[in-house]
Amino acid sequence: MQRLVRIKAIIKKEFRQISRDIGTLGTLVILPLALLVLFGYAISLDVKEIRVAVWDLDGTDLSREYQRGFFNSSYFTFQSVIRSSQDRDEALAEGMALAVLTIPPGFARAIDRGETATVQFLVDASNSTTASTAIGYLNGADLAFSLAHARGHAVAPKIDLRPRVVFNQELKSVNSLIPGLIVLILTLAAVVSTALTLVREKEHGTREQLSVSPITPLELVIGKTLPYLMVALVSTTLILSASWLFFGVTVKGSLVLLYLTTILFLFASLGIGILISSIVSTQQAAFMISAILTVLPTFILTGFVFPIRNMPPIIQVISAVLPARYYLAILRTIILKGAGISSIYREILVLSGFAVLMLGLGTFRVSRTRS
Amino acid sequence: MWNRIITLIRKEFQQIRRDRRMRVMVLVAPVLQIILLGYAANMDVFQVPLGVYDLDHGTQSRELVDQFLNSGYFVLAAQARSFDDLDRFFMDGTTEVNLAIPRNFSRDIDSGKGASLQLSADGAVSSSATIALSYASTIVASYGSSGRAGATAPEIRAWYNPELKTRLFMVPGVLALLLMMFTLIFTSLSVVKEKEMGTIEQLIVTPLKSTELIIGKLIPFVLVSLVMAVLVIIAATLVFGIFPRGSIVLLLLLCLVFILSTLGLGLFVSTIAANQQQAMFFSIFFFMFPMTILSGFVFPIENMPAWIQPITYLLPLRYFFVIVRGIYLKGDGMRQLWPQVLALLAIGITVISVSMLRFKKRLD
Repeated sequence: MQRLVRIKAIIKKEFRQISRDIGTLGTLVILPLALLVLFGYAISLDVKEIRVAVWDLDGTDLSREYQRGFFNSSYFTFQSVIRSSQDRDEALAEGMALAVLTIPPGFARAIDRGETATVQFLVDASNSTTASTAIGYLNGADLAFSLAHARGHAVAPKIDLRPRVVFNQELKSVNSLIPGLIVLILTLAAVVSTALTLVREKEHGTREQLSVSPITPLELVIGKTLPYLMVALVSTTLILSASWLFFGVTVKGSLVLLYLTTILFLFASLGIGILISSIVSTQQAAFMISAILTVLPTFILTGFVFPIRNMPPIIQVISAVLPARYYLAILRTIILKGAGISSIYREILVLSGFAVLMLGLGTFRVSRTRS
Repeated sequence: MWNRIITLIRKEFQQIRRDRRMRVMVLVAPVLQIILLGYAANMDVFQVPLGVYDLDHGTQSRELVDQFLNSGYFVLAAQARSFDDLDRFFMDGTTEVNLAIPRNFSRDIDSGKGASLQLSADGAVSSSATIALSYASTIVASYGSSGRAGATAPEIRAWYNPELKTRLFMVPGVLALLLMMFTLIFTSLSVVKEKEMGTIEQLIVTPLKSTELIIGKLIPFVLVSLVMAVLVIIAATLVFGIFPRGSIVLLLLLCLVFILSTLGLGLFVSTIAANQQQAMFFSIFFFMFPMTILSGFVFPIENMPAWIQPITYLLPLRYFFVIVRGIYLKGDGMRQLWPQVLALLAIGITVISVSMLRFKKRLD
């Protein structure tokens, strides 16, 4: 009973500190929202309007028809006419065109004779991702023309392909990125804030005041982290509502499951925050370490932007010890696919393991440093 | 005047040297991040897990699946026994692309009647799904037209990065990010720390003028960031063999032009933040995060909606990404880069003068 009273006192104090500090409150609640909206609109890996410059050395009706095949599709926009190889090199070097199409002389004649004419595409691959996608589209547009104008050969049976996309039918980037943004924002809110609030007491010397009070380390940890857990849950709710309002992203699966797993993830993150706070002595260091250990890896190593399966084995091992990775997989599955517990029980188990381990280690370290 | 500045610089360096964690931050973190990002930041799509439901069991269906697997883009992750299986593969994340081959596929192909195929992709990760679908369509199209020469044959050459490696694009970008992170956060923190500890008052009552104070505070960070840039360039060369095609001297000079604006922003943050925690949150949320996302580090600016694109012109990082990548990948010189350099200079000078004015007003 005494214990509950003491924990409540710390929680009250912590809430008072949070609410008094408008900066903290803003960064925990309002900024994540602003970021979500901004990024939701800004982030897109879709490639469209590929700027193509054309060097037509053939100048026939057929070569113009070939070009039309490209510019009639919404993927390509006509950039400029090229007249010399110097022109061409400059268009690419200065980034005016993403690709230069060169149609050689004799293009139409070769096709009329039933031969295969070669066309050349130079693609600016300094951004390899955009370039890969662009090359896919270029190939596709060429193939359409190529098959339509082939003659003199036996016609092969046609395969009618029916591609279908499930879960994110329009293939909008924002749908895939929102779960990642939630993970990123919660990591910031949970790990960083916990580490900072605990270290601040150390730095300001108020930690000693707490130690001479009857509060035990365990109570201190509970009292310190519960408020952030609640704030983070409010944050989650706000993010989910904003995703729905602004981007029409709804949670397909169970909200209960979503919140339960979120609490699991928050426990693990708070544990990491406590652990960090027990190692360092300044806020500056606490911040740097939490940024390096959690925020950056969340962006790079969890599959948020870069697929995990492409990473070298060593990096995959590092990725496997990040709670954020499992939480992201869970969020994607619940939000986008609407799957139930049977599809994600493995991730949930791992996440629970992390939560117990991190909270345990954190509390252990805190209580040891105090006695 | 210079004597006083030099004394201050010496004091700053002493503080940096004495702070063991700061040393780690400056020396180890950049190298670590280059390695991590260089290895992990890979958006190339290959080895997509493929699920197959073969109702045909004929020669043609086996050959088609072989074509998928031999392309190198797909690996066989699971065989389905029903359409429910295929759905379950997606739910559990076992596969990302599923191929269903109908009964009589081989017979219909062999008889020249034509056949149909069902291909589905898990759109949860939209970027890889788009690319995987286009690979799959190409494989099927070329399978369908086998034995038939097309009218045209495209010869595609990827300039500047012939193997289309994400790494060549990311590593130079990381150099820019690290410079920004270091100058922005540490400048703001170093000033706010003096505020928090009350030592700034001590500095004010010394004969140091506020301009001297600012210069003395900033110069150590300029020097340390140059060291950091050199370290990153060396690490990128040793670990990945990625070396600038253009001039290194120009690259380092332009790093200096770039940090004009980030140092200025750091100074600016220090005038609005009351404590270190706020300084870090402001730097990260207001500047680093939006700049990283909006400047084309990963997400192309051309794809952003029309109302966001004008904002990106205000971000120094946008121009610096073009510069670093231009020098690294294309071997660009001033002839190609002057517009970016001018923009950076203009932004840098504006930001740093405004921040200095604000800082001085706060101080006096």
